[in-house]
Amino acid sequence: MSPVLEVERLEVSFGDVHAVRGLSYTVRPGEVLGIVGESGSGKSVAAAAVMGLLPPGARASGSVRLHGRQLLGAPERELRAVRGRTVSMVFQDPLSALTPVYRVGDQIAEAVRVHQKVSREQALAKAVDLLDLVGIPDPRGRALAFPHEFSGGMRQRVVIAMAIANDPDVIICDEPTTALDVTVQAQVLEVLKTAQRATGAAIVMITHDLGVVAGFADRVLVMYAGRPVEVGDVDDVYYRTRMPYTVGLLGSVPRVDAGGRRALVPIDGHPPAPAARPPGCPFAPRCPMRIEACEDREPPLFEVGAGHQAACIRWDEVRPWAAGDGAVRPWAAGDGAVRPWAAGDGAVRPWAHDDGAVRPSAGGGGGDGPGWPVVRGARRVLEVDGLVKHYPVRKGAIFKRRVGTVHAVAGVSFDIREGETLGLVGESGSGKTTALTQILELAEPQEGRVVVLGRDTARLTREQRAAIRRDMQVVFQDPLAALDPRMTIYDILAEPLRTHPRAPLRAHGGRAPGARVAELLDLVGLDPSHAARYPQDFSGGQRQRIGIARALALEPRLLVLDEPVSALDVSIRAGVINLLDSLRTRLGLSYLFVAHDLAVVRYLADRVAVMYLGRIAEIGRVEAVYGTPAHPYTQALLSAIPLPDPVRERARERTLLDGDLPDPADPPSGCRFRTRCPKFAGVLTGAERSLCVDTEPEIRTLGEDQGAACHYAEKLAVV
Amino acid sequence: MTLSEEELAEERTGPGPARAAPPSRLRVVTGRFFASRQGRLGFAVLAVLVALACAGPLFSPWAYTDKDFLAFLRPPSAAHWFGTSQTGADVYAMTLRGMRRSLLVGLLAALVSTALAALVGAFAGYFLGWTDRVLSRLTDLLLVLPAFLILAIMSPLFGAGQWPLFVLMLALFLWMVTSKITRGMTISLKQREFVQAARYMGVPPMKIIFSHVLPNLSSLLIVDATLNVSAAILTETSLSYFGFGIQPPDVSLGTLIADGSRTAVYAPWTFWFAAGLLVITVLAVNLVGDALRDAFDPTARRSR
Repeated sequence: MSPVLEVERLEVSFGDVHAVRGLSYTVRPGEVLGIVGESGSGKSVAAAAVMGLLPPGARASGSVRLHGRQLLGAPERELRAVRGRTVSMVFQDPLSALTPVYRVGDQIAEAVRVHQKVSREQALAKAVDLLDLVGIPDPRGRALAFPHEFSGGMRQRVVIAMAIANDPDVIICDEPTTALDVTVQAQVLEVLKTAQRATGAAIVMITHDLGVVAGFADRVLVMYAGRPVEVGDVDDVYYRTRMPYTVGLLGSVPRVDAGGRRALVPIDGHPPAPAARPPGCPFAPRCPMRIEACEDREPPLFEVGAGHQAACIRWDEVRPWAAGDGAVRPWAAGDGAVRPWAAGDGAVRPWAHDDGAVRPSAGGGGGDGPGWPVVRGARRVLEVDGLVKHYPVRKGAIFKRRVGTVHAVAGVSFDIREGETLGLVGESGSGKTTALTQILELAEPQEGRVVVLGRDTARLTREQRAAIRRDMQVVFQDPLAALDPRMTIYDILAEPLRTHPRAPLRAHGGRAPGARVAELLDLVGLDPSHAARYPQDFSGGQRQRIGIARALALEPRLLVLDEPVSALDVSIRAGVINLLDSLRTRLGLSYLFVAHDLAVVRYLADRVAVMYLGRIAEIGRVEAVYGTPAHPYTQALLSAIPLPDPVRERARERTLLDGDLPDPADPPSGCRFRTRCPKFAGVLTGAERSLCVDTEPEIRTLGEDQGAACHYAEKLAVV
Repeated sequence: MTLSEEELAEERTGPGPARAAPPSRLRVVTGRFFASRQGRLGFAVLAVLVALACAGPLFSPWAYTDKDFLAFLRPPSAAHWFGTSQTGADVYAMTLRGMRRSLLVGLLAALVSTALAALVGAFAGYFLGWTDRVLSRLTDLLLVLPAFLILAIMSPLFGAGQWPLFVLMLALFLWMVTSKITRGMTISLKQREFVQAARYMGVPPMKIIFSHVLPNLSSLLIVDATLNVSAAILTETSLSYFGFGIQPPDVSLGTLIADGSRTAVYAPWTFWFAAGLLVITVLAVNLVGDALRDAFDPTARRSR
């Protein structure tokens, strides 16, 4: 079959900055090509170049042929005829891809009428058909709604409907699910598959998520520093990897499936800035297999197998990362000359000493068979009991009437023992951030009780509150926003020391903050001589390390982590996760870890609490909850997470949830999950259902340290 | 809880060159200020002007109150370096005296008004609630008062030696608009995570305002202060022109320019020295302001 889209030696530059350098790929009809890369790798710019949508000031050269016709440099009129008809695009942010002032049906109809000579009515009828195809309930009615009346996942469905309105031959999806929750992501990917079946189009899927590609794509192209570094069939790239960067990426992804807590293998350093690329292989400075020849010139793509290419001069020595292999190193251990990145040079990365063996939970696990010690610590550092937080919903411009109440947190209870990590997971709108804020405020909750370090927040004196503020610290999601841009790193790290002057004096014999600042930077693996710099001068991962260093300045007992790694790129994320893990062991910290990424939680947490619509659906030890989840929501959530493992991913059966999160101002009666529950819809009889409708389930204990808030909880392995 | 003993020992013995000089914000900003050519130039010019205003009169045989009845409206000469005015006063002595007043009035009024704007705005925006309501009403009240009229009515109070009162009154009518902007920006800054981080760390509110909120508004405040210097000098000039500002026998650049403008065409030395020094003053203040803003702003292009 002749290819639909052929891209050859595509180069895009902005002035002196070369964003894309020599990208070539072809897509055949019905084929899905996944383009994987971290931020700044040039994958989105390449997509824009194919569509002819580059911003002014960008220069593109090379060739982009659609059905043999050259698109690059074609006149705008010709491109307009192609865009939306033969090639269409799905963007990352579905809200900005739709015009807010037009009805959704009209927008799709417009997309149809631009390229097809049909009447208004016919176009609208087609729009309703398309909405039906992408799984929007009541398409006829919803076609009259405006974009803001749709949820994020529904909007993305609308965008997909628009993209397939003219039966395109190629659909380019630029991070189509990045802004969505996992369960919604699973739905949208399913819709994309349906759309592809309906149109027979080829899909170019641009993403940073190796899991999404594993299950969805036929072929994969890995981009690094503006170049393709490995191209091939999904199985070849995942199982017969020939490029150290790909090996590193696969090794640094925390996985939700078994394999326990293998040490993640971070890639050293960070991607080179487009303006300052090294002369040789762009990955060489981070590569553990670097030899002198790497720095001479950029390696071309070598043919390493049938339809499999890799840009590494030592490709035949690269060993893929094996899932079952407990070894930390992604390649042959006997290779004496190669220094694997997990070991050695402890001065820079102190956690490298640990090698996972020092962790008390792991070390004590020997006697308890395969599991972890179930005995929990005695001292509670945080206790939350029946916490409730609701906001009034007001309406009206002058006289604000109260028209309802949003129950952001509706009775949440959990506790954290000394040295323990609790992962609080949930999708957006589940109330996890509200719960976190309630704890951090140290104010009396509306209902319920919060006991931090043995003190009830409802009865705190000023001194006690100050003492708790010293012992409970927080790390925020966005490291750039959480560091004052006007302060030097020194001032940022010295601030807690100055605020609570007694703490460091007591612990360190009265040293000046300067010594402690240097010590902290050293602790998180940064160079103490960088203290005079500003946060802007650091990369994302380094900034987050500074955030962690600030939180550790006072040697707290409880660290609250609010999505600490979700803003970071994959290869950098692993380093921060490893750092958090080793710090916990070394400093005896307890973590409250809030995240939407279940894989990261599995890696870091001892116990996990899954939240849904302001309540905890399931809570328990990580091994139990991930291994045999009992709540239907947990099961759906876990089955929705894509694994970076093509064979398993294809074989998996997903439990897809219907629809979206209900309005928290008007939650369903009885069990909050019943409106989307696959068990409620499919398995239960009418009599059994009435219990779900009438009675809100409390958390029931199901075996050792696992509890689920479901009347019909049943353990089931899903990953 | 702590690092292991071994590591602590290592930390204690391990010498670090970076630890000798703690790079706090003040040092970094000062360093960056003097690293820029603008900053050095502006600072030098301003220093020379101040030195001239303070020490310059000592070198002249004439005092600003003296009149030379043998030389009316004479061009610059060895006896009168800047010439004489219509009344026979020495222009050099008067200009330096006037500059001393104007520098004091302009710089002080600008500093006071910007400080007032920053404080009122930041407190109203950070604390909200009653603090905000009271402070905002006060701001609104001062906005609607006719500043010029009130200053004119109060002018008898600004007699000899009362210039600090004059400065205060000038400043009092300059800060309101900036304060409103500051308030709005403080409200949005308060939502930022680094302010939240400081709150959760237990940093007291006053300290947050001074170490996080105000430094992040520094660009606005510095630009405002530099503009206020010229605004204060000009307000003083126009007030003095109508006879309400600095009262004779004291002089300011404003009164000098007002007097000199009448004779500027045929006796340019009565006008141009005063006007030129005013321009140079404002220029130097602007240079210093720009350099300060860049020094505070870590994202500004470095002049390394």
